[in-house]
Amino acid sequence: MGALSIRDVRKSYQGTEILKGINLEIEKGELLILVGPSGCGKSTLLSMIAGLDTVSSGEIRIGDRVVNNLSPKDRDIAMVFQSYALYPSMTVRENISFGLEIRKVGKAEQQKIVERVAHTLQIGHLLDRKPSQLSGGQRQRVAMGRAIARDPSLFLFDEPLSNLDAKLRVEMRVEIKQLHQRMGTTIVYVTHDQIEAMTLGDKIAVMKAGEVQQFGTPRQIYDNPANLFVAGFMGSPSMNFIPARVESVGGGYGVRLESGANSYVFPAVSANGKLKSWEGKEVVFGIRPEQITHRVESSLGAEHIQTASLPISLTEPTGPDTLVLVPVNGREVTCRVHPAHARAPGENMELMFDLSKAVFFDPASELRIA
Amino acid sequence: MAELSQPRDTGRLIGRVIVYGLLVLVCVYYLMPLFVMVTTSLKSLDEIRAGNLLSLPQDPNLDAWGKAWSSACTGIQCEGLAGFFWNSVSFVVPAVLISTLIGAVNGYVLTMWRFRGSDLLFGMLMIGCFIPFQVVLLPMARTLGAMGIANSTTGLVFVHVVYGLAFTTLFFRNYYVTIPDELVKAAKIDGAGFWLIFRRIILPLSAPIIVVSIIWQFTQVWNDFLFGVVFSSGDRQPITVALNNLVNTSTGVKEYNVDMAAAIIAALPTLFVYVVAGKYFVRGLTAGAVKG
Ligand SMILES: Nc1ncnc2c1ncn2[C@@H]1O[C@H](COP(=O)(O)OP(=O)(O)OP(=O)(O)O)[C@@H](O)[C@H]1O
Ligand SMILES: [Mg+2]
Repeated sequence: MGALSIRDVRKSYQGTEILKGINLEIEKGELLILVGPSGCGKSTLLSMIAGLDTVSSGEIRIGDRVVNNLSPKDRDIAMVFQSYALYPSMTVRENISFGLEIRKVGKAEQQKIVERVAHTLQIGHLLDRKPSQLSGGQRQRVAMGRAIARDPSLFLFDEPLSNLDAKLRVEMRVEIKQLHQRMGTTIVYVTHDQIEAMTLGDKIAVMKAGEVQQFGTPRQIYDNPANLFVAGFMGSPSMNFIPARVESVGGGYGVRLESGANSYVFPAVSANGKLKSWEGKEVVFGIRPEQITHRVESSLGAEHIQTASLPISLTEPTGPDTLVLVPVNGREVTCRVHPAHARAPGENMELMFDLSKAVFFDPASELRIA
Repeated sequence: MAELSQPRDTGRLIGRVIVYGLLVLVCVYYLMPLFVMVTTSLKSLDEIRAGNLLSLPQDPNLDAWGKAWSSACTGIQCEGLAGFFWNSVSFVVPAVLISTLIGAVNGYVLTMWRFRGSDLLFGMLMIGCFIPFQVVLLPMARTLGAMGIANSTTGLVFVHVVYGLAFTTLFFRNYYVTIPDELVKAAKIDGAGFWLIFRRIILPLSAPIIVVSIIWQFTQVWNDFLFGVVFSSGDRQPITVALNNLVNTSTGVKEYNVDMAAAIIAALPTLFVYVVAGKYFVRGLTAGAVKG
């Protein structure tokens, strides 16, 4: 029995279906990420787990209880909101102890818990301030403190970091991860930031338009995307999608790539069999930027390594890598190369494609072929 | 640079002078009646008959005030305004407090605990702001009769609470929509219920709008004449009605100084409320709730 299980949950507002049958399940101590573009229903799902909104149909279990008809206070959850939602008229101390007070925890015990939480989050010196006297990052901590204080069996985070500046966001992300590892709590975490999703999640549910597109570990989602949307959503810069014709090559099948006068057929190493029925038709060939690099002699020779000499149209140095754009089949394809090996725009560059993780999609249904 | 800014500065100066000049003019225009009232109330009758309306009193005294307060005739009885003043206080204070409190709860429900049809309800409630007093007189009279509180202080409180609700609800509702509803969600998850959230989270944020509501309601209810004249009688009448009776009493000579003093006494509480809380009034009308 999982710590949280969501079975065929649907939600409609005035006839429009916002959630279209969500199924998710996580174990105790896992951190589930709900990620997806704006308006896909992440917050809606979260408020239904919290009990702030009712499901139209389906079942939500927390631990071994069906909580569909329980009010938020009986669900043994705590939530951190995007706007932090600290009570403006109360001090930090009162904010943290409010929930305890309502649950009739004794004064001395409250005091002890507040001290402990303040110590964990290093907000001891802020306890007597009002929320309006805190910085964004401090408010964020207090909001987490308020959640931790009650020691619930499930934490819900709704884009907790999206109001922070970039640097602070990275710091807090690390801190949340440490906190999660130390306390072993079960967390559902909503974000639309795919880096947050990859770094924090034990499991990721990628959502779009009220449906879970794929549910799996970060690795599975990244390496084995179920469809074009997931492949494009996760990863930055995002995966290259190249429309290409399937042709037979050396007993197997591959995709034809053209750039200027040059033409190549890259064998679909791992996916040979599945491409058979596509011979002569067009598929979407997906390959991540980091799988296209400068030529490394020692790697050459393997079947999944192919090289091509391609004209550079643009370079974008990011620091650790330089992104090189080359035209292939009428698309600008992004390659991630070591800065020392990057050539200037206008020149040709010898690039090495690692096809072991290449993926293929049906251009009509956008589903994964291989 | 210097040549360029010169004409602009003089232009601005002229603008300033015009603006301030206008403001002073408007001020004088509005303060003139008050000036005349105060000076007249401090003069003796002889001086009023002899003198100029705008002159300062030669021998200022409070005789007229004393008379207006305790011995001027308001119809058949001659006991001044004192009793009526306390009449007014006795129904204005409860009416203001009750309508403000109910308005706050209404606003809270209409923003934080929306239900099917709550927007429609709010819309209908708003129509209440546009219903003229006259329209409700007869139905209200029947209602008060049926409730057995006709001609009583309770009845008058009831009338003013009902009539004021549309306004106070509007105030609080519009103020509360600026409070992020995540605040209420957080409190619900913390385990707080309807009243606890209202008391501990919402009310402490409401000070500015409470001030607005109190000032508005106080002015409306204290200055009301029509409801007072219709729904009360004899020695239960509010000060506005008594003032009218005092000024219109036809026996004897017309005592302008007493009339003026009585009028100021009747207006004093609203003036007082404005002076004490006026700046919060403006602030409350413009301020949203604090985020944080
Ligand atoms: N109370 C409501 N009534 C009608 N529609 C709603 C309501 N709440 C949400 N929606 C709709 O449901 C959809 C999902 O909203 P939701 O807030 O869950 O999106 P989200 O994934 O959290 O997006 P974001 O990343 O922008 O926060 C949106 O299209 C929204 O318009
Ligand atoms: Mg959201």
